[in-house]
Amino acid sequence: MSSDALTSSEYIKHHLQNLTWGKLDGSWSFAHNAAEAKAMGFMAIHVDTMFWSTVLGLAFLYVFRKVAKNAHSGTPGGLQNFVEMIVEFVDTSVRGSFTAKNDLVAPMALTVFVWIFLMNMMDLIPVDWIPGITEAMGIEHMRIVPSADPNATFGMALSVFFLMLFYSIKNKGIGGFTGELTLQPFESKNVLLQAFFIPVNFLLEFVSLIAKPVSLSLRLFGNMYAGEMIFILIALMFSGGFAIGLFGGVLQLGWAIFHILIVTLQAFIFMTLTIVYMDMAHSEH
Amino acid sequence: MNINLTLIGQSITFVLFVWFCMKFIWPPIMAALDERRKKIADGLAAAERGTREQELAQKRAAEVLHEAKQQAQDIISQAQKRGSEIVDEAKQQARDEGQRLLTAAHAEIEQEVNHAREELRGQVANLAIAGASKVLRREVDAAANEDLLKDLVSQL
Repeated sequence: MSSDALTSSEYIKHHLQNLTWGKLDGSWSFAHNAAEAKAMGFMAIHVDTMFWSTVLGLAFLYVFRKVAKNAHSGTPGGLQNFVEMIVEFVDTSVRGSFTAKNDLVAPMALTVFVWIFLMNMMDLIPVDWIPGITEAMGIEHMRIVPSADPNATFGMALSVFFLMLFYSIKNKGIGGFTGELTLQPFESKNVLLQAFFIPVNFLLEFVSLIAKPVSLSLRLFGNMYAGEMIFILIALMFSGGFAIGLFGGVLQLGWAIFHILIVTLQAFIFMTLTIVYMDMAHSEH
Repeated sequence: MNINLTLIGQSITFVLFVWFCMKFIWPPIMAALDERRKKIADGLAAAERGTREQELAQKRAAEVLHEAKQQAQDIISQAQKRGSEIVDEAKQQARDEGQRLLTAAHAEIEQEVNHAREELRGQVANLAIAGASKVLRREVDAAANEDLLKDLVSQL
């Protein structure tokens, strides 16, 4: 618990507040509360999300780059073995779902998988540890799970989405791409009927197209946000006396162990769907 | 919970990470993995080749051994044959030598006998002359009776 002065709802709100740096009343500053952060609108940046995701991403790149630089075909050492295991796992997934030839997909799948896994893993650090330290350093808000910030998940999903659009148009041409959007699932030999079907098809296909990045990001965000929320609720129990606190500790352990599964599964799902979407962009229906 | 510039920042970060991974991480690791795959395949092929070669060598060794045994058998039987031949030859030689010695001894004995007989004959003649001269109490001219004596000797 950060302090006794906070009520439960204040504690939860405090934990769900990003460290937001944005333009408020003409000048750039950190938001002190949720209302200020909201008032900043789009011209604001979540410093904590950016910081932790970048740190974790760089950690991933550093470790993998170190192995890649010294990669040899002899008997691999411990770290190389570990990295190779992940790479081969991703490679197998890509080979299984992605049929076309594109050198971007496999590295992207690897990045997605490891990066999301690391970001999700931040959820397992007790909710008050790092925010407690930063608060002592004078930083008011700190959310350490980047994937529980919709900005991060939408950022990735949108990047994947734009790559998907890019490769769709590149491989099928603008005609092929719009054809995919408008000429199915309903089609008819009758020209008049076909003309009637086009807007219907477009409505259906456009929704399913837009649903892809939205579902991709919201699935990850929802899981991580819910997980974080439960950790915060469990953390609330620590202030309820010894017995409840002990019970909370058991709950926290149980939820953390279960959460390892969710963390890995969500990273895997995001990776697999990325591969599948990229495959759809490369193949004709 | 607000959507803001972080979205764009995260997209840029993501793209940069993917780019870095694609340029500097994925290719060397995959190259190493492919190389190892090839190495293992080569190793397995070499092992198989080795096994086949060993089988061949074993077969050849067995052949050579068999041949050597055959040769040894031949040599032994030849030696045995030659040995018995030598023994036979030696036996034959011994027999011949014995025969020769026997013949030589016979000849010598005969010669001896003849010699003795000759001597005896001479002595008998002398004795006969001496006896006759005694009987006749006179000197018998040996020369005159030479022919007579010779005749007598030859009759003995």
